[in-house]
Amino acid sequence: MWEWIIKFASPMHFYMLVNRLAPWLGRAAGVLLVIGLYGSLFYAPADYQQGESFRIIYVHVPSAWMSMFIYMNLAVAGAAGLIWKTKVSDAIARSCAPLGASFTFLALTTGSLWGKPMWGAWWVWDARLTSELILLFLYLGYIALQSAIDDRRMAARAGAILALVGVVNIPIIHYSVIWWNTLHQGPTISKLDAPSIDTMMLIPLLIMIAAFMCYFFALVLVRARLEIIEQERSSKWVQELVLQQPGQSV
Amino acid sequence: MNPKRKKLLMIVLFILLGVGTATTLALKAFQENLMYFFSPSQVVKGEAPTNRNFRIGGLVTRGSVKRNQQDLKVSFVLTDTISSVTVSYEGILPDLFREGQGIVANGSLRADGVFVADEVLAKHDENYMPTEVADALEKAGVKHEYTDKHQLK
Amino acid sequence: MNLSEFLHMGGYAFYVWTSYGLTAVIMFLNYWLPTRREQQLIRKLKRLQDSKSG
Repeated sequence: MWEWIIKFASPMHFYMLVNRLAPWLGRAAGVLLVIGLYGSLFYAPADYQQGESFRIIYVHVPSAWMSMFIYMNLAVAGAAGLIWKTKVSDAIARSCAPLGASFTFLALTTGSLWGKPMWGAWWVWDARLTSELILLFLYLGYIALQSAIDDRRMAARAGAILALVGVVNIPIIHYSVIWWNTLHQGPTISKLDAPSIDTMMLIPLLIMIAAFMCYFFALVLVRARLEIIEQERSSKWVQELVLQQPGQSV
Repeated sequence: MNPKRKKLLMIVLFILLGVGTATTLALKAFQENLMYFFSPSQVVKGEAPTNRNFRIGGLVTRGSVKRNQQDLKVSFVLTDTISSVTVSYEGILPDLFREGQGIVANGSLRADGVFVADEVLAKHDENYMPTEVADALEKAGVKHEYTDKHQLK
Repeated sequence: MNLSEFLHMGGYAFYVWTSYGLTAVIMFLNYWLPTRREQQLIRKLKRLQDSKSG
């Protein structure tokens, strides 16, 4: 087990792993997205109260879900980088940030586009919306920190500490709608009793979440591979493996 | 794991624990301010501020909505099933505003106990279902009730 | 269901289609930008290698 992890923590093995994994994850994401979109726009019926505006849920909830899930990945990869000082975990942490930031941005904007017609406001300062906005600032802070510090090791270490401190925001986002009264409604899927959503509406939502997950894993690997090649550009394995690939000549 | 890594792992755990504790304490201290709205019970008990605007959240009592024919004036009774407060408002209501629905109004309390709102937002609960299912439930006598836990006592 | 009714989204067309459109644009950029950067990097490194060896 440990041997296996250490082996793939080496940049060269990571590069080969990504080459094998990323195309499959990408294809899975594509197929799931097509099915999920069909489900979201055609298969799922309109809501009894919210009508067709309810369909925003299929981009809003997966985005919000990813915004938190990616943050946990960033924090775990950051912590692993702090402890084991592996280049690969730093590259993964760094690659999580822009993806996480864009999903957080999407969760906020699609939520806003949903809130205006249903609640009657683009934005309210309730605990859920505010904590999700703080998540966006955490991502942006992380990205700013990475570009401000030239030394990669230092940047990774500072970023990891910021990411770990920010982890407390994740349960706050999730439980905000339970702990405090908010304008945002409570959890639909992730509560202990049965989800309070009709099965025909739930299935496309789960497919969309699965699609977003595959999409994220494919792209975080591709981004990390790019980081690794950049860092290891002068090493022997890059010269041999990456640059000798057939069909990629200039 | 060698001792150095163990030490780093401890530092990571320490950061998580420290920040977690600090945040919990801070949130406890600001508990009140994190609440988006007051319930009608709190307002009746006099727990809501009287000198400034605040928000009130509850369910629109069925049959209580009175609309003025000439202008956009509307009044309705807001309840958390224990206490109720009459709200008066002039303006456009959100699409989801209806009897039995949860809403949050921003405004202030008049001397006669009527809440004068300058903004009304609709709140919806976490239930989603197709119209046919909602109709079938209603026909079967299972009236779908709004289930938001923060607005019901 | 006819097309114009579908596009109309029960009167919520602006909100629904802006949400989906924005999601599509951002997800495409997240795919396209790093892929392009990687190709550019590999091309650049290859040129460097060629100039060294040749």
